[in-house]
Amino acid sequence: MTAIVLIVAAFLLLLPFVYESRNLLILLTQVFVFSIFAMSYDLLLGFTGIVSFGHAMFFGIGAYSMGIFMKRFEPTLGYFLLAVLTTIVITGFVSFLVGLLTLRLKSHFYAMLTLSLSGLFLVLAEKWRTLTYGNDGFTFRVPELFIDRTNFYLLCMVVMVAVFLILKRFTNSPLGRVLQAIRENEQRTESLGFHVLHYKIAASVMSGVLAGIAGILYAISLRFVNTSVFAMDITLDALLMTIIGGVGTLVGAIIGAGLIEFAHHWLTELAKEHWIFERWIIFFGIIYILVVMFFPRGIVGTLSSISWKRKKQHSAKKEGKLAG
Amino acid sequence: MSALIETNDLSITFGGHTAVDSVSISVPEKHFKSIIGPNGAGKTTFFNLLSGQLTPTQGKIYYRGKDITKFSPTNRTRAGIGRSFQITNVFPNLTVLENVRLAVQSQAGIRYQMLFHYKKYRAFEEKALEWLKLVLLDDKKNSLASNLAHGEKRKLEIAMLLALETEVLLLDEPTAGMSLEEVPAILEVIKKIKVQGNRTIVLIEHKMDMILDLSDSVMVLFNGTLLADGTPEEIMKNETVQSAYLGGHNN
Repeated sequence: MTAIVLIVAAFLLLLPFVYESRNLLILLTQVFVFSIFAMSYDLLLGFTGIVSFGHAMFFGIGAYSMGIFMKRFEPTLGYFLLAVLTTIVITGFVSFLVGLLTLRLKSHFYAMLTLSLSGLFLVLAEKWRTLTYGNDGFTFRVPELFIDRTNFYLLCMVVMVAVFLILKRFTNSPLGRVLQAIRENEQRTESLGFHVLHYKIAASVMSGVLAGIAGILYAISLRFVNTSVFAMDITLDALLMTIIGGVGTLVGAIIGAGLIEFAHHWLTELAKEHWIFERWIIFFGIIYILVVMFFPRGIVGTLSSISWKRKKQHSAKKEGKLAG
Repeated sequence: MSALIETNDLSITFGGHTAVDSVSISVPEKHFKSIIGPNGAGKTTFFNLLSGQLTPTQGKIYYRGKDITKFSPTNRTRAGIGRSFQITNVFPNLTVLENVRLAVQSQAGIRYQMLFHYKKYRAFEEKALEWLKLVLLDDKKNSLASNLAHGEKRKLEIAMLLALETEVLLLDEPTAGMSLEEVPAILEVIKKIKVQGNRTIVLIEHKMDMILDLSDSVMVLFNGTLLADGTPEEIMKNETVQSAYLGGHNN
């Protein structure tokens, strides 16, 4: 398993130097960005058991912060870092407030509330024209370092690996284990002496800030930002990626992001062949239904349960032989 | 003798139905008290009031003389009142060991540590394994809690409660739904704790024979009211109790 991961990582690292396809590079960059986003979503959905329909708001806050800083000021590294800092502060604050709301609102009520909150940000981005240029959005220049697609590709990859490692440690820390206990049985976690709310807020803030970082990278990759970053589609993509990849596994979120981004890309290409492929969202809908019906545990979850069964059979056979 | 837990006119009403009606008891330190009563007498509701799952409509609860009526379940556990649940209440998709390890972690006060891997705290797992051994569940440590048989889940539930090492143990029908062969092992565990003599135990139980020789005192609930409270012998002789509960039982 580790060997496979390392080989894939090495391959991705060397790819831009041996294979010169700008399109593929951009597509992979997009995969990395959405991997980060999907992983941050998985922390909520898969590890803590919080269903949020408003994850796009953190993504959008990150994208707009970067865009506005680059547009208003000089596209230098200094302002870039300032934009990152602003994103962390704003997403941290908003996700803290949203996390507080989990206190009173359970499951679907909470989901609806996050949906409307992110709608609020969408309206804000539309109406605050002096800052956001409304619906059409705006283009901006990026720091020199990131103009080179290869550099930016590597940056996104490094950030993705870093986020993966951070979340892996986070979910396996004593605090992270309590998050999983909350997912399993909130009331029982409480009577074990854990303040459930504190943990939900911690998960919410962590997830919000990381989603903001994904938004920053997304904006830089397009060098353009408009209100679509706050759209429901973004949240749905994250949901789809996590569920297809496997809820509660970080690798699953990355695989899901890869699949969805590539599928999206190919389906749009196929639109040249037949008009139906322009409506690629139809296919996503079908995939979504099929996955939920037949692989509710996603790719990684299904694979790991198969390999687990095999191991069990194997050891059972061994024992049988010994007994025989 | 100073009272560890004291309730004062404790009542709770759901709609028009009074499930627990002005119950005043006091449990001294290191005491073993059993609660008996027919189905629907309000035993579990009374427990839920003690552990904070429910808030009383009236009355007060004192722990070491301190008013804890407004405490959340979390804070009551931290103060020293731990409970097990009658309806099995574990973490289904975590391993048996992890279920207990979480309780040990809580007991050790490691709550917000997010920088280290949980395996760094090896002692927690060892401690958790000890508790599992005590309830004879150590051979199942790596199975998911959801795959356990009912009786095994009950044992896990008890291990989790013990791992909290709280001063007070509220045990809600620990042997409910267990097969007859499994009951003695659990009784053995409860006896062991009693013999150690450093815990206060309140136990809800249906099996009269099981509690009589264990209990220091028995209280009888009937339709939400406290019918009697005294030593096992007194309760056995009490005529009201016999007609209300034991009578029906013995026929």
